[in-house]
Amino acid sequence: MTIRPLIALLAGTLFGAGLTVGGMTDPARVRGFLDLFGDWDPTLAFVMGGALVVMAIAWRFVPGMARPIFEDGFHVPTSSDLTPKLIGGAALFGIGWGIAGLCPGPGFAALAIEPLSAAIFVVAMFAGMGLVRLTER
Amino acid sequence: MILPGFRDAAPVDGLIGGGLIGLAAAVMLLGLGRIAGVSGIAAKAAGLGGSGMGRATAFAFIIGLPLGAFLVTLASGGLEQSFAGPVPLIIAGVIVGVGTRLGSGCTSGHGVCGMSRLSARSIVATLVFMATGIATVALMNATGWEALS
Repeated sequence: MTIRPLIALLAGTLFGAGLTVGGMTDPARVRGFLDLFGDWDPTLAFVMGGALVVMAIAWRFVPGMARPIFEDGFHVPTSSDLTPKLIGGAALFGIGWGIAGLCPGPGFAALAIEPLSAAIFVVAMFAGMGLVRLTER
Repeated sequence: MILPGFRDAAPVDGLIGGGLIGLAAAVMLLGLGRIAGVSGIAAKAAGLGGSGMGRATAFAFIIGLPLGAFLVTLASGGLEQSFAGPVPLIIAGVIVGVGTRLGSGCTSGHGVCGMSRLSARSIVATLVFMATGIATVALMNATGWEALS
């Protein structure tokens, strides 16, 4: 047992709180943001903007750090190729996001808001992930 | 605060929430050297591939999500939010599960962590899932499919 799960629990809790405060756990608000050609609700642009500013600052610390505070090294993605798989996957994800107004983070966070609905979404999402896992073996 | 022209918008709540999300992602990056991509971390926690972090660490992060939502709900005295019915939830969930694994990320990994370091893959992925999300909502509105009860 190390301290890492505790750090992750802290991060997850901050993340879930932020999603809830920002309105991302509210499917009507998320779909309102995606309803660009209707009654558009720009709130999620502010959520995205707030998160991007903080993370853009965080990335600037990385080059000057020999390693993360609680890990041996940084493990961040390095690939840069734009594959059909990336684009097709993102396209599919957007369709699912639009249908129910939920993406993975808010799906888990909503377990504390409307447990039954959120559980149905989360179980179905794991099933989808499992499908991909099966085809990749 | 009210945003002129958008009666339902909550820009201050949005910025505060976004700041917290960014802070959480910064803790993961600077503390553990990892991307706070929820789809990848969830896959790892469930033993379905995904993030390279330890499984206990992945599980702890995922548990934190509803815990954080619970604390906000407690502090705000309850939230009124309507969710889609079981059938659209299942359809959407499966599509999100497949799409995020194939596309190597979701709103958090690509939209927040990747875009903030100007990753070309993440910028393209975010533009694509925003576009198909917008198209899906427009199509559903045009055909009169009310997903939310």
